Order: sequence, then C-alpha cells, then structure tokens
Amino acid sequence: MHFFSHFGKYLILVKLAFKRPENIAIYRKELFRQMVSMGIGSIVIVFIISFFMGAVTTVQTAFQLVSALIPKTIIGAIVSDSTILELAPTITSLVLAGKIGSSIASEIGTMRVTEQIDALEIMGINAAGYLIAPKIISALIMIPMLVIFAMGFSIMGGLLVSDLGGILSSQLFLEGARSSFTLFNVVFSLTKAFTFGFVITSVSAYQGFYTSGGSLEVGVSSTKAVVYSCIIILFSDYLLAQMIL
Amino acid sequence: MIELKNVSKSFGSNTIVSGVSAQFEKGKINMVIGASGSGKSVLMKCMVGLHPLSSGQILYDGISIGEMSAFEKTEIRKKVGMLFQNSALFDSMTVEENIIFPLNMFSTMPLSEKLDRVNFCLKRVGLEGKNKLFPAEVSGGMKKRVGIARAIVLNPTYLFVDEPNSGLDPLTSILIDELIKELTTEYNMITVVNTHDMNSVMETGDKILFLHKGKKTWEGNKTEILLTDNEILNEFVFATSFLKDFKSRQEQKVIK
Repeated sequence: MHFFSHFGKYLILVKLAFKRPENIAIYRKELFRQMVSMGIGSIVIVFIISFFMGAVTTVQTAFQLVSALIPKTIIGAIVSDSTILELAPTITSLVLAGKIGSSIASEIGTMRVTEQIDALEIMGINAAGYLIAPKIISALIMIPMLVIFAMGFSIMGGLLVSDLGGILSSQLFLEGARSSFTLFNVVFSLTKAFTFGFVITSVSAYQGFYTSGGSLEVGVSSTKAVVYSCIIILFSDYLLAQMIL
Repeated sequence: MIELKNVSKSFGSNTIVSGVSAQFEKGKINMVIGASGSGKSVLMKCMVGLHPLSSGQILYDGISIGEMSAFEKTEIRKKVGMLFQNSALFDSMTVEENIIFPLNMFSTMPLSEKLDRVNFCLKRVGLEGKNKLFPAEVSGGMKKRVGIARAIVLNPTYLFVDEPNSGLDPLTSILIDELIKELTTEYNMITVVNTHDMNSVMETGDKILFLHKGKKTWEGNKTEILLTDNEILNEFVFATSFLKDFKSRQEQKVIK
C-alpha cells in the first residue's frame, strides 16, 4: 500500500511538472542552465570513470583469453561491445545518479524546507513545473550525450592500455572493435541512457519535492534519491534487455 | 475583502485550526496573534491556498478559493504578496533577481522598465544599491526587506506577513512594522500579519484576532485588547513587562 501511494504521488508530480509553463522563456533559460550544469559539470567524472573502465576491461579480457586459438582482435570486440551495450550507459548512469540525483534532491529539498517552494506557489508559479521539468528535459538530452562520450572515452582507454601494455596493437584492437560494431547496439544503449536519465531526475526530484522537516531530512531525501535511482536503474536495465534484446 | 467562514484545518486526526470566522478589510492591518503553535501560520497558509481546507470557506471579494478554477487561483495569487517567517528568498539568485522574478514570469514590460520597478521597490524598502548581493550576504532584517520588496513588486491587493519580527532586534522590528504600515496605506492593501510581538500589535494593528489552540478566542482592536477580561488573552498580552505595568496602572485607576 505504501509503495502504491508513493507511486501514485510520483505520477501526479511528473504530470504536474509537464503542465503548460507560465513563461516559456524563463523555462528555456532554466533548461540551458541545467544542461550546462549536468553536461559540462559531469564531463570530467564521466571521462575518469569510463577511461579506467575501458582500460580495466581490456586488461581483464586479455587475462582470460590466453588461448592461442582465439584471435587477439576478439579483445577489441569484447571491450567495445560490453562498453556500448552495458558499461557506458549503466555505469555512467549509476555514477550520475550519485552526482546529479543527490544534487537535485538536496536542492529541491532545501527549497521545500526553507519555504522557497511555497513562495513560488504563492506567486502563482507551478513550482513542480519550474523546478522539475527543465531538469528532466535536460537529463533526457545530456545523459545520452554523456553516454556517447563515455563510450568513446572507454574505448580510448582500452585502446591505449592494449597498446602501451603490449596486449595487442591498436590496429588489431580497432579491427576487432569495428568487426563487431552494429548500430543497433548504440540505439539500444541510448534507449537505456534516455530511460535512466528520466529515472535519475524524476525520482530525485520526487524525493526532494516531498521533503518535510529540516536539514537532517534533506540529507535523508538525498540518500534515498541516490539509492532508489540506482535500484530502479538496475531493474530497468534488466527489463529493457529482456524486452529489446 | 477577505472573509473566513468557519475555517478548519486538520492534518490526519490532529486539528490545527478549528472553526475560525473573520473578515479582513482593505487598507487595514489585520493582526493574527497567539502563542507559538496556536495555528497562525497554518491559518495563513490556508488563506493563501497552500493548504486545502478541511472544512469552511475562504472568500476573496465574495469568491471562494475552494471553488475557483486553476486559472482563477493563479490570477488571485498574482495579486497576493507574502513575506515568510524566514523570508524564503531564492538563495541562488541575487537580491535583484529575487525581486525581478515575479515580473519576468508574469509581466511583458521591457527589461529597462522591470529594472526601474525593481530599483523603485528596493528604494521603497531602503535597500537601494544592494541589487547584486546574494541572500547569504545580507542581514536578517535586510532579508525581510528584500522579501517585502519581492512581495510588493507586482502591486499586490493582498499582503500576508508571517512573523515579520522574528529574530530581529527591536529597532529593525520597528522599521519593518513602519514599512508594512506605510505600504498598506500606500497600496490600499488588505494586510494580514501573524505575530506574537505585542509591541508590533500595539504600534500597527488595526484589527486583532487572537487564536488559542486553533480557535478564535477574541477579536477587537488595540484599545479593547488592553481592557479585555478574557483571561487567556490577558495572560498572553500582559506577558510583556511594560504592558503588565500598564495593566496594573489601569486596575489601580479602577480601584480609586
């Protein structure tokens, strides 16, 4: 019962967030601000995570494939496929759930407990729309873009380590990566990124929007936002794989 | 005119406001007084439509907010200015951005006119030149004044003020009270102030409502409040020492 009550409130909030805006120009400005904050603000962490993710995957794949019967190009194929299909969208989204999710929940939660949301509503502004819609739209644009970057950085990490570590030449690595590449994998990956972007922002905004109490509760909401986002990301990852693949 | 008809508000089984009826008129400062936890803030939030009522009606010029469409509610809210207890300024915006925000949302006037209006409001509350400061960089009293400037920027018809003097020194409190009084006359607004500061009540209150445990226990003006024989109200009002002296002088006069 508790779950259904929360789920109902969550759906109502998302519907409210996409009501017709009072002033489209203000919302557009807020959208660009969010896009800069989410996109530019996350690029460094995405680079670090995905570069090492690719490097480690390459080393570990090479460690497991020691048979002379298996061509070395398969390492490039495995690294690029696992990166595109799973690692780049899922690991990047889990990291972004921590970075963006906690920031959204604590920002909106603080606004709730300091009556800033009440102030917006008294002005006749749809607070859910102004605070949540630009964040969700921004995530739907920026998270797939960050995932594309993550794919590139990860393959770059793998390529660099395979060459510098003497595992296989960059030419062989790329040959393997190219041989297994299909556009469907990228589309599937971006579908995941799109879904995860929505999950991270809407779940975190919900946790922040219904915060009550003080600074302690803002912290609790922020933690809940990250934990629930991660669980829903992993669950929807499985669901999408089951449905689409 | 704002009219409350038998207004009640409960959260679950906990009744916070019970059967309050009152009328608030234009150009007057209506004080809602009562101890902490008496239901003043909840009543005010009901009046501005932040909390749906459990029962009763709140009428703005004869129209019940409960029966208004979403559009009508938005239109009414554009005429409402509110100063919150902790000012509720947007921390990520400067003083100027805080004040211009309602104008950006609802006004089609050019930017230069909007800035003129912001500067006028800042000057009106005595904060000219503070445009670029962030809320974290100004004092409590200044935050209240920025909150007032933001509340009056759209020329409101109704001004709601929740605990304007909380956390302020006596001098700043007097400044804020005077400002609210002047603005009420200047804009001919219906002003409703929640407070438990008796100095403020005696200085600015035109009409006074006393809430006790969520119920309206007394209603009158500042002369009547000093002479009332309502025991609960007396206990609340004469908790302030200078008023206690006044009361004992009054009693001595009666004995003589």
